[in-house]
Amino acid sequence: MDKAKELELKKIATEIRKSIIIQTAEAGSGHPGGSLSGVEILTYLYFVEMNVDPKNPKDPDRDRFVLSKGHASPLLYAVLAEKGFISKEELKGFRQIYSSLQGHPDMKKVPGVEMSTGSLGQGLSVANGMALAAKLDKKDYRVYVLLGDGEIQEGQIWEAAMTAAHYKLDNLTAFLDHNGLQIDGKITEVMSPEPVDEKFRAFGWHVIKIDGHDFNQIEKAVNEAKTIKGKPTIIIAETVKGKGVSFMENEVGWHGTAPNKEQAQKALEELQKQLESLEVQG
Amino acid sequence: MAKIATREAYGQALAEFGEVYKDIVVLDADLSKSTRTEIFKKKFPDRFFNIGIAEQDLMATAAGLATCGKIPFASTFAVFAAGRAYDQVRNSIGYPHLNVKIGASHAGVSIGEDGASHQMLEDIALMRVIPGMVVLSPSDAASTYECVRLAIEHEGPVYIRLGRLGVEEIYKKGELKLELGKGIVLQKGTDVGILATGLMVHEAIKAAKMLQEEGISVYLVDMPCVKPLDVDLILDVAKATGCIVTAEEHNILGGFGSAVSEVLIQNYPVPVKMVGVNDEFGRSGKPEDVLKYYKLTAEEIVNKAKEVMKMKR
Repeated sequence: MDKAKELELKKIATEIRKSIIIQTAEAGSGHPGGSLSGVEILTYLYFVEMNVDPKNPKDPDRDRFVLSKGHASPLLYAVLAEKGFISKEELKGFRQIYSSLQGHPDMKKVPGVEMSTGSLGQGLSVANGMALAAKLDKKDYRVYVLLGDGEIQEGQIWEAAMTAAHYKLDNLTAFLDHNGLQIDGKITEVMSPEPVDEKFRAFGWHVIKIDGHDFNQIEKAVNEAKTIKGKPTIIIAETVKGKGVSFMENEVGWHGTAPNKEQAQKALEELQKQLESLEVQG
Repeated sequence: MAKIATREAYGQALAEFGEVYKDIVVLDADLSKSTRTEIFKKKFPDRFFNIGIAEQDLMATAAGLATCGKIPFASTFAVFAAGRAYDQVRNSIGYPHLNVKIGASHAGVSIGEDGASHQMLEDIALMRVIPGMVVLSPSDAASTYECVRLAIEHEGPVYIRLGRLGVEEIYKKGELKLELGKGIVLQKGTDVGILATGLMVHEAIKAAKMLQEEGISVYLVDMPCVKPLDVDLILDVAKATGCIVTAEEHNILGGFGSAVSEVLIQNYPVPVKMVGVNDEFGRSGKPEDVLKYYKLTAEEIVNKAKEVMKMKR
């Protein structure tokens, strides 16, 4: 990836981080921590990789994205607004009555949302269904899904992992947002799913491990996944929960708590500084 | 006359409609021999997916296929479809109102020997409270065929309740034409109304004959469509007879009888007696013996009809 492109993506990612803070602060609820950890992954998918068009959101040939960890809705909404599926003005209504931006994404209410999610563990199965449909229709669109690392404690994930390998869904790429924390604490202390790489490999997947905040590594992994034939790929992305906001990073308390006005102000100032330093580089 | 189970008719109907509707795909969870989706699988192997013993994955995979324009029929036993995968049916199919059809076989106690763990008596209650979910409960082969047709033609989630036991034919295939939300009037009468669904329609027909031999006039209705209910017809029966017996192979709590009562109590209250399983789990035994044990019989419908007639005011 050339430097200019990377810089541009970093700026978009920082804008998205600001939006996550604003949405959750306005709503007084929501999940900032796990939204902030997945920012680079979604930024790369929506602004480099995926064939999606806000003017034609139902194009049958479009690539699909499923946010299996549906509580990271502020992240998805921010990306969809940045991409032009919804207006930035709408983001202020997040989680509020009469808004289409439900606490967890609703595909019937928001253009660009491919699946209603929220109950953990179901998104990988849904993505499998989309990938099977592509194979049936001999279409070459690809399906992406973002899983939480706590989420993979759900048994259905492993049912779906079997199905994806059994049906050789090489048009499916899963990302694991491996930030190491869930509501009650460290995932390794609550209910360890480790070693996740060996588990997915044993289930018949191609496994790639990357730094989930590094656009170059994300790009390399996504491209590698496209070359793998006969099996699905999981990209285990090492991330930091709360990434980008100093007092939120690696703090389990920021899983499902919104920042108050002061905290939001502080977070936005930090992010603004990051943006300004990127501007200087650019 | 040869008896045909509604699950058998389901498998045949899928294979038949599969010719016309190329978007139909069928999914099963290692029960294709029992749900009879095997018939479809043999004809359209590319459009059949065995998901293995994984009902949660079955339902959500069907949801994903539906988002891409397919008409998935997710098939397994009722106890797993409505029970084990309830959250997936609710959140991944019901809430986004996806075009998934759930073929739920082996409902009720009439599956017999497998006993309570496999006898689904709560599925009507569970499915009908999911907003937007259509619930169909055919009584014979022809009405099953029609329910599959309705499911295909309706855009949205549909639950089709099917039985394991062979049943006699009530209707001739090709002559019966079902409409979504409409009941089938088998005969009109003035003394008591009998509304039955699924397997119990057969017992209701026998019960109506027994009552008629005693000079009691019966308004007899088959209700394959549990949701949406035929409100107009229910009220017509209530007005004509002043009392109603419902019959279902289901827990009387929250099931078909409860649904009928909800309509009556809000529009035209008349006394109702319900024939069904009285808030109990099932038990093992020969299907006929189990049905008798739980009084899912024509005789019980007759008893309840006589009781409810005395409650008329």
